[in-house]
Amino acid sequence: MIYLFFGYVVIWTILFLYLVFLMRSQKQVNDKLKALSETLDQQD
Amino acid sequence: MSSPINTSWRVARLYLRIADWSLIPLYFLMVVALYGAFLYAPTEREMGDVQRIFYFHVGVAWNCFLAFFGVFLGGVAYLITRKRSWDHLAASCVEVGVVFTTMVLTTGPIWAKPIWNTWWPWGDPRIMTTMVLWLIYVAYLMLRSSLPEGETKYKYCAVFGIIGFLDVPIVWFSIRWWRTIHPVVITSSGAELEPEMIHALFVSVIAMTVLCVTLVMLRMAMRLNSSMAEELTHS
Repeated sequence: MIYLFFGYVVIWTILFLYLVFLMRSQKQVNDKLKALSETLDQQD
Repeated sequence: MSSPINTSWRVARLYLRIADWSLIPLYFLMVVALYGAFLYAPTEREMGDVQRIFYFHVGVAWNCFLAFFGVFLGGVAYLITRKRSWDHLAASCVEVGVVFTTMVLTTGPIWAKPIWNTWWPWGDPRIMTTMVLWLIYVAYLMLRSSLPEGETKYKYCAVFGIIGFLDVPIVWFSIRWWRTIHPVVITSSGAELEPEMIHALFVSVIAMTVLCVTLVMLRMAMRLNSSMAEELTHS
């Protein structure tokens, strides 16, 4: 069972890192959208 | 920054923050759940080690019900308030719910084959009603992607989501209403399990719930970002 436990911990860690990556990229998109919106407002 | 975009930005940021806060507890909860399922819980006398899949099977099953309740809630709230944020909630919950139901329908046969000697007992009401639940919400996703953006789409999807939720109580009570080979583990007098098994199940359900909420929050933030980008393109 110990091998299965560590195997699944490794799989979960990979999935978790992907989740962190998704979260970071969405934050960057969010920031860029804010900056874009502000630039468009200044142009108007 | 114009007001609607400003609000959307703030809400998306809030969703991302909630998801961010839940990440570290989620990681450790899931590791503890794995420890509980593989090392802490005792081996079941009759089924052996294959029974350990139970801790994940039940955890994801509970969360597919929770996610579909989110669809129901989002649909009802959208029809009352006509606020787009409720539609975002419903759409995000459907996606997460379908993933969790797929996991239920995958872990079930893996458990069933060595115990019932069949991958898929066609006559079992619990399995068939769960399959119908999965098909209902896959149909919801197909409906959603086929309709053009606008009030009509959100209204149809809200109604579909509410009607689809009627299958959730049927899935839950199917093992009590009809003859089935699915065991009734949780009864009104409690769970018929060893205390260690209950602990492992409890942690697994909590970990899966945190995962479900995190995924819904992330998906809602993605949807808001996408609609903000659309709004900026058309402005």
